[in-house]
Amino acid sequence: MTIPCCGPKCSGFCAFISVWGIIMLAVLGAFFYVHAPSLAEDLPINMPLWRKQDYNYNYVKDLYRKAAVNCWIAAGIYVATFILSCIMLKINLRQSNSS
Amino acid sequence: MGSLYRSEEMAACQLFLQAEAAYASISELGELGLVQFKDMNPDLNSFQRKFVNEVRRCEEMERKLRFLEKEIARDQIPMPDPKEIPNSPEPREMILLETTFEKLEKEMNEVNVNATTLKKNFLDLTELKHILTNAQTFFDEAEFEIDGSTISMSDRAAVLPPPPPTASPSRTLGPTGNIRFVAGVVLRERIPTFERLLWRSCRGNVFLRQKEIDTPLEDPNTGEEVMKSVFVIFFQGEQLKAKVKKICEGFRATLYQCPETANERREMAAGIQTRIEDLNTVLSQSLDHRHRVLVSIADDMKAWHMKVRKIKAVYHVLNMFNVDVTQKYLIGECWCAERHRSRIETALRTGTERSGSSVPSILNRMETTEHPPTYNCTNKFTKVFQSIVDSYGVAGYREVNPAPFTIVTFPFLFSLMFGDSGHGVLMFMAALAMVVMETKLMQTKSDNEIWNIFFGGRYIILLMGGFSIYAGLMYNDIFSKSFNIFGSGWYPHPQRYSEHTIDHHKDLTLDPTNNSDYRGHPYPFGMDPVWQMSLNKITWLNSFKMKISIIFGVSQMFFGVILSLQNSRYFRNSVNIFCEFLPQMLFLSCIFGYLIVLILYKWIAINATMSACAPSLLIDLINMFLLNYPLEPCSSAEFYDGQKSFQSFLLLLALVCVPWLLIAKPIILKRQHSKKQVQLLNNNDEFEGRKSTEINLDGETQTSKQKDGRKDSHTGHEEEEEFSFGEAFVHQCIHTIEYCLGCISHTASYLRLWALSLAHAELSEVLWNMVFRVALKMSGYTGLIAIFILFTPWAVLTIAILLLMEGLSAFLHTLRLHWVEFQSKFYKGDGYLFDPFRFDKIIEVSADD
Repeated sequence: MTIPCCGPKCSGFCAFISVWGIIMLAVLGAFFYVHAPSLAEDLPINMPLWRKQDYNYNYVKDLYRKAAVNCWIAAGIYVATFILSCIMLKINLRQSNSS
Repeated sequence: MGSLYRSEEMAACQLFLQAEAAYASISELGELGLVQFKDMNPDLNSFQRKFVNEVRRCEEMERKLRFLEKEIARDQIPMPDPKEIPNSPEPREMILLETTFEKLEKEMNEVNVNATTLKKNFLDLTELKHILTNAQTFFDEAEFEIDGSTISMSDRAAVLPPPPPTASPSRTLGPTGNIRFVAGVVLRERIPTFERLLWRSCRGNVFLRQKEIDTPLEDPNTGEEVMKSVFVIFFQGEQLKAKVKKICEGFRATLYQCPETANERREMAAGIQTRIEDLNTVLSQSLDHRHRVLVSIADDMKAWHMKVRKIKAVYHVLNMFNVDVTQKYLIGECWCAERHRSRIETALRTGTERSGSSVPSILNRMETTEHPPTYNCTNKFTKVFQSIVDSYGVAGYREVNPAPFTIVTFPFLFSLMFGDSGHGVLMFMAALAMVVMETKLMQTKSDNEIWNIFFGGRYIILLMGGFSIYAGLMYNDIFSKSFNIFGSGWYPHPQRYSEHTIDHHKDLTLDPTNNSDYRGHPYPFGMDPVWQMSLNKITWLNSFKMKISIIFGVSQMFFGVILSLQNSRYFRNSVNIFCEFLPQMLFLSCIFGYLIVLILYKWIAINATMSACAPSLLIDLINMFLLNYPLEPCSSAEFYDGQKSFQSFLLLLALVCVPWLLIAKPIILKRQHSKKQVQLLNNNDEFEGRKSTEINLDGETQTSKQKDGRKDSHTGHEEEEEFSFGEAFVHQCIHTIEYCLGCISHTASYLRLWALSLAHAELSEVLWNMVFRVALKMSGYTGLIAIFILFTPWAVLTIAILLLMEGLSAFLHTLRLHWVEFQSKFYKGDGYLFDPFRFDKIIEVSADD
């Protein structure tokens, strides 16, 4: 079909990382969504702003939700990457079979 | 399937084979692969052995096969592996193979020689053709210059004297003029030197014209393609002709007879063309024939190779046998596993039947004083663990084999150092992939060493990954984050922590006493997730991990000492039990067993309210040795009644063990030895068929029947007479020092379980904080892109640093812990491996060449 933009090893590696990214980011997003306290230190909390809101918990909850959405969208992008690398793999296989 | 606990019982056997049945029997045994042959003629070199001619014939066959393989490879025909390994061939098949190979070799040689000759002819004709085509241009140019009497374009062109007036004004230069010429072909790169030499040596009186040949020509000798040029040299006179010819020879230029008239040249060219075409046809047909022959044998090449190798291997083994006086029997000795004897006898019977001989072969068990080889029957799962043990040293005969315990302890200690569930999952799945696709991966033989190492260790990696998942759950560490499944045991009391308190204090310490911030019962499984976010996580984990490292380490050392008891009991060595096992056990228990008890006591009995005066175990241990019992820092004071007297008693007991370990055994051995001497002196008259107990230098007791009484009892006596008290004492001294100092240093060495697990946890945390958290700390769309982009380097670094580097490091440390700390308690490791005569191993080894 077309010239693959990366060889068989590269596309295999990309496929593997994409799968890992999909699973892990989806799970991470889920954990963010349920407000896991372990992930509290990873939130972009703006301390002065939060103090101004009297340390309202809703501020943190909102941040959690935003982080969850970010992770899920990133997982979605990795789905696209995965499909792309699978196509590359198929092209590589076909090329190596024909030559 | 034998047991892996000890190595198999081996039997030394004598083998009597009838000469006709010998070959078939040995080949059957080779297929079976359960017998290790001893070389009965070690001092004969390979030319003095009986079957040297057959081995020579096999090597000749191999040489022919290699030649044929090279020819096949030159034509780039693939040689597939045979679907099944062929059986070892009969002796008469060997003659058949020999004739086949000879015929093929002769045919190949003929074809090759013919091809070379044809190619040479082809080359000559092609060069001549080029000369003829280019000759006309040369003559035209030359004539132009001669007629015009002008100097041509290059200064190097010779200026010829004008033709004598008597020259006929013919268009062509012919023998009528004095101008003569030679035509030839030379390598293109030699042309400049050629010209220069001609100019200088003939003093400018010759005239060279050259033209390049566009197509490269094939040199018949080397098969390479070279570029050549045609040239024509014009000269006058005989002497110049001789000089020119000599120079041409020197430059390896081939000269050709070129006719002078254009008509003749045209006829010749036409003739040459037809000849070239004919030659081409013949050449291509002979090459086709060669190709067909090679294709027809390509399929059989590998199978033939294997057959020849099997024949050679059988003859090598037959060379190890002795021939008896009547020249009809071959006698040899071998080692085999006791429980395989029936299978071996069946194989021998099959061999006898195959050869059509009537006399059966005899496998006769014999007694020997040699050390038998160590044979451990492993399957694909246990093979890697056994090889780990064998790399350090092969177990002595019938010694306890550490391998079955290693199957559990190795992944367990690895997991203590690796403890991260996320990394464990990755490792487990990688190994699972290798295990599930095992059969397919085994068929694609790879040259990559690293891949072979990983693939060979797939089962151990699988176990290591599985155990690491469990350890990660215990440490509550998944990619440096903790899971809160059951609800943390800590919750800051709302009355104690108001907004004012939190605002004005940077760090707050939760108070576990009085159940104020602690709900009263701990997190049910593993580490409480609150520790991940606390600042003093490392302080707490250090104490915890160090203590469990000591507990597991000392337990493993205890287990090692108990295995030494098993060895002593099996070899019926009661001296060892009383003089080595008991003091060793007591020493270890009194000091380090007591330490473990203290650790467990401190964990159970001391709670947070007593934390100010909690006993400091390390200081207490040191004070125990120094007999120092201060009252002052309450962490070093006595914390149970009678502690001082009890600890002093333990210390005394441990100290008593040292001279017990040092002196008791040499003294007892000396006494036994002198008793033996007295007994032998009294019973010096009887020799035949007597049971006697021999005691070797290291105290292993064995009962053996004396067969050839006189000779053996004398050698037995010689062994005992060599008992030297000094040597035994020094040996025991070394053992004592090694054990006692080793106990202390090995216990400390087990702290690496803590150190590596700390390093791993910290690396994992740093990787998350420095790489992935950067992405999470951004909000909005930049955050989204950052998460997508930064995930990949985080993943790659996790695999490279945490899985590969840390994994390798933890593997190495676990290996060291097993080899040194565990096995030094009981393992002698002075055996040698059982190396049976097996066809599949021989074929595998030679396939790698």
